[in-house]
Amino acid sequence: MDTQTTYNYTVVRQFAVMTVIWGIVGMLVGVIIAAQMVWPALNFDLSFLTFSRLRPLHTNAVIFAFGGSALFATSYYVVQRTCQTRLISDKLAAFTFWGWTLVILLAAITLPLGITSSKEYAELEWPIDILIAVVWVVYAIVFFGTIMKRRTPHIYVANWFFGAFILTVAVLHIVNSLALPVSLTKSYSLYPGAIDAMVQWWYAHNAVGFFLTAGFLGIMYYFIPIQANRPVYSYRLSVVHFWALISIYMWAGPHHLHYTALPDWAQSLGMAFSLLLLAPSWGGMINGMMTLSGAWHLLRDDPILKFMIVSLSFYGMSTFEGPMMSIKTVNALSHYTDWTIGHVHSGALGWVAMVSIGAIYALLPRLFGREQMYSIKLINLHFWVSTIGVLLYIASMWIAGVMQGLMWRAVNDDGTLTYSFVESLERMYPYYTVRLIGGLLFFLGMLVMLYNMLKTISGAKAANDAIPQTA
Amino acid sequence: MNSFLHWFVIIISVGSFLGCVWLIWWTSKKQPGESAEGETTGHTWDGGDLAELNNPMPRWWLYLFYITIVFGLVYMVLYPALGNYKGLLGWTSAGKYEAEIKAADANYGPLYAKYAQLPVEKLATNSNAVATGRRLFLNYCSTCHGSDAGGAPGFPSLKDSSWLYGGSPEAIKTSILDGRQGTMPPMGAALGSDADVDNVANYVLSLSGAPHDADKASQGQVKFAACGACHGMDGSGNQAIGAPDLTDQNWMYSGSVGAIKKAINNGRSGKMPAHRDFLGEDKAHLLAAYVYSLSK
Repeated sequence: MDTQTTYNYTVVRQFAVMTVIWGIVGMLVGVIIAAQMVWPALNFDLSFLTFSRLRPLHTNAVIFAFGGSALFATSYYVVQRTCQTRLISDKLAAFTFWGWTLVILLAAITLPLGITSSKEYAELEWPIDILIAVVWVVYAIVFFGTIMKRRTPHIYVANWFFGAFILTVAVLHIVNSLALPVSLTKSYSLYPGAIDAMVQWWYAHNAVGFFLTAGFLGIMYYFIPIQANRPVYSYRLSVVHFWALISIYMWAGPHHLHYTALPDWAQSLGMAFSLLLLAPSWGGMINGMMTLSGAWHLLRDDPILKFMIVSLSFYGMSTFEGPMMSIKTVNALSHYTDWTIGHVHSGALGWVAMVSIGAIYALLPRLFGREQMYSIKLINLHFWVSTIGVLLYIASMWIAGVMQGLMWRAVNDDGTLTYSFVESLERMYPYYTVRLIGGLLFFLGMLVMLYNMLKTISGAKAANDAIPQTA
Repeated sequence: MNSFLHWFVIIISVGSFLGCVWLIWWTSKKQPGESAEGETTGHTWDGGDLAELNNPMPRWWLYLFYITIVFGLVYMVLYPALGNYKGLLGWTSAGKYEAEIKAADANYGPLYAKYAQLPVEKLATNSNAVATGRRLFLNYCSTCHGSDAGGAPGFPSLKDSSWLYGGSPEAIKTSILDGRQGTMPPMGAALGSDADVDNVANYVLSLSGAPHDADKASQGQVKFAACGACHGMDGSGNQAIGAPDLTDQNWMYSGSVGAIKKAINNGRSGKMPAHRDFLGEDKAHLLAAYVYSLSK
């Protein structure tokens, strides 16, 4: 086949299928550790099944394996279609797929063994960090190289977001992972004390901002207009919220370190910038939702669009909740409680996972030469199961978190704390159980998706669309 | 921080806020040759499937943006945020903490001062004092000694009648205020061979009447002289240095032959941290009363 007349869908197919697989794996680990919170005996006294080892496995699997695969798949697809040109190199694109897969497999081996740098969301040890950096630089070369040889005069808004995500994650990963190795499996961070904490949360907060927000806004900006067959609501809005979002996010990290050894000025700046983030974050939600303006009836019949629009609602909710939680007086109650866990999952399940699921449902038929997914009814079932799952999850964690915050600060007439820690933990059983049910529902939805995907793919032939010759 | 960093922080943060204002103003301006409001901008992608409308930014959203900009700027003037600048309110987190501690001391201090006037023995029978003491215990002591004060391996039980350093009110209070450092040196080499250690361990078990090998115990009795310096020749311990009584049924680590041999070969080291600076004398007094009440 003439590779200059068709798009490279091979790498898109690989990442799209792995998105579903890694989603199932990562969420299964999540369900297991949620069950361990209710029944601690479920670690069976085996070191590699303890919560402390499985929790980083869960976060790495859902963020970098599931979310990462969704971002690779959609960014490679979108950059080709909106630049109307094939990826600059099939070999380099293939390298990113196999390199990323190797990273995930190494993570799946080392984390349960307890090999960790102990930095949250950056637990992988230095040899794997180097591999990630190499894969990421190649990813950037493929993506920006393709943008440079585009055959459209303008760069589509989705690519701004993908581009910002790729560049920033490279910087974040490299700076935060700088370490002195003492052996193949152990290294120590280059930064001391409070500086290390600040670098860590600068990294982790911007991983949320660029990996889990900017990247997925890129998905939203392509797949909602395409799925609804409507123009994007406002070009002006996209310009303002893009530049504001990517410049302000950088400074909001200190809100993870309120009331700690971090200097006061950094904490205050973190809070001011976090509140400033509210409007730029909402810009993306408004632009996505208003794209449907005048065509709301589409939501009745198209469960894929339902996934995307509901994901924007959760995005709007958690980007409101985030700035509120960054206010120091609110943070004094919410910090270290399960409220934070609920906040993260309203973003991770409600926004990131649901917009990815919608995009993958939209992609699969296009990648395998089908009219549509095998079963639209099953997509609808998946939609409702996951929506109910997310709601159970975040509602239970809200109640649990506020309850913990209030119990921990309750004081008796004699100035002693009313509750000991373990008393607050004991009260968590019902909420941890509801959280487990919510997570389990979301996980079951992914199994429905797997079945639907296999039925769609089986017997289908890989399709590689022709590149339109006019812009 | 040095003046470069100071100005760097100020310029970047104030610049970001003002940059947002400029961005909104510049983007809102009509550009020459732009399409009419509500029309597409004329750019298309993906073979014509993708386009963008030239709609203005929603007004309510812009107001929200402006409110957060104004709030942020005012906040950075009032509170310490801009490098070395202290903020108009003079607020610091350390100052806030000290003020809260001072207020709490003023509020609750008199209650503990009143309890501190009464002897521990008397407080231990006062149900209100014991209730408050228990709450202090649950927050400050239970992590090591257990919620029921029953102890844990390496951490002594406080509710039996056996005491490492003595169970008098004064001894308990001293333990709380100044901490204790209990060290048993490794004695394996001093005793001789592995068989000697095994023999002494069996002798130690025999002291409390626990099941043991009588032959080994009788051989170990001679070697036990080396232990007697601390534990006493009869093994009843020495509270002056925290050497445990080996003749009772209480074991802080474990009463198995293996654990005793381990203690002999490797020694043991236990540390109770001092709480004088953290809790103060009055609260320590009340805590001592609670602990004292447990063993009565």
